[in-house]
Amino acid sequence: MQLTRGTIAALLAGVTLIASAVPLKTDAAHSSVSAVFKQMNVPVESKFKSFNAQIDYDAAHPDKAAARVDIDTASFDIGEAEYNKEVAGKDWFNSAKYPKATFVSSGIKPVGAGKLSVSGKLSIKGKTQDVTFPINVKAEGGKQVFEGQLPIKRLAFNIGEGEWKDTSMVADEVVIKFRIAAGQ
Amino acid sequence: MQRYTTTAIVLHWLIAVLIIGAFTLGLVMTDIPGISPTKLKYFSWHKWAGVTVLVLATVRLLWRLKNRPPELPETMPAWQRGAAHGLHHLLYVLIFAVPISGYFYTLAAGFPVVYFGLFQLPVLIAKNPALAETLKPIHYWLNMIMAGLVGLHVLAALKHQFVDRDGTLGRMLPGRSI
Repeated sequence: MQLTRGTIAALLAGVTLIASAVPLKTDAAHSSVSAVFKQMNVPVESKFKSFNAQIDYDAAHPDKAAARVDIDTASFDIGEAEYNKEVAGKDWFNSAKYPKATFVSSGIKPVGAGKLSVSGKLSIKGKTQDVTFPINVKAEGGKQVFEGQLPIKRLAFNIGEGEWKDTSMVADEVVIKFRIAAGQ
Repeated sequence: MQRYTTTAIVLHWLIAVLIIGAFTLGLVMTDIPGISPTKLKYFSWHKWAGVTVLVLATVRLLWRLKNRPPELPETMPAWQRGAAHGLHHLLYVLIFAVPISGYFYTLAAGFPVVYFGLFQLPVLIAKNPALAETLKPIHYWLNMIMAGLVGLHVLAALKHQFVDRDGTLGRMLPGRSI
């Protein structure tokens, strides 16, 4: 086969396509996943210290993107060891039985400049829900930064059982906030 | 004997009750292991009481600056007058320092105060776990110092009432002077 300009271009395009199919590497130092909840009306934001995000994303083909995020539920850090232990316990995340909370995308579509609408399945503590939420995407320091918020109801996932079902103590509404920086 | 103004008396006893309540709650709540709704409730009540003390202390200080307290009994020796003034000054400092240290402690720990669960009070500093660790013993020891001084304050008042019988306590008691 003769190497014409056309075949080289086609080869290069092929290489690019292959490259775009390779998942992005998450930059853990610049990524975070946290939950914002209200305790007796006091807004508290706490981070999950350990999670893993796999994102396939090519800015040229955002509709082909896919994402999977696994969060270690025992890594939720409220700021004090004994609180963290309680939250990893049976009534809350039950991390011994359900160590991971997972989001797997089923469809991602662009809805404007730098905006995506992401649908998928969110599984926490053995319960799965279909969710759809908006995400902002921007390029920052050679990486793609995905940012967004996903409001959920904690009781739909049995988070906070027994005496913790009382929503006057801890509100049912919880917002999962995330910022994931990823690049080649 | 001349008495304190009604405003001063009301403020004194309101603050006294709130401080004893918040102090007791503080000891009880930090003694509950782990977390439970009861513990979280106590924490909130403790903070609301502390903020209320701070507000009332401000009103009280302003009132005190405009209203001279009644004279001490003439029979009181100079060293006792000095000790009384010194102790009162320290208590004035502590009714501010204790709630302020607690307020910044909870802010540093990332838990702003929502007064009576109704409205959020100013978040003056960002969450800072290292600062929270520093403020925790400060808040605790300021409280313990205050508890000790309140103990002295009460003992002195009782001594005036039952040993000296000089009517000092009556100046701060509600109702007719004794």
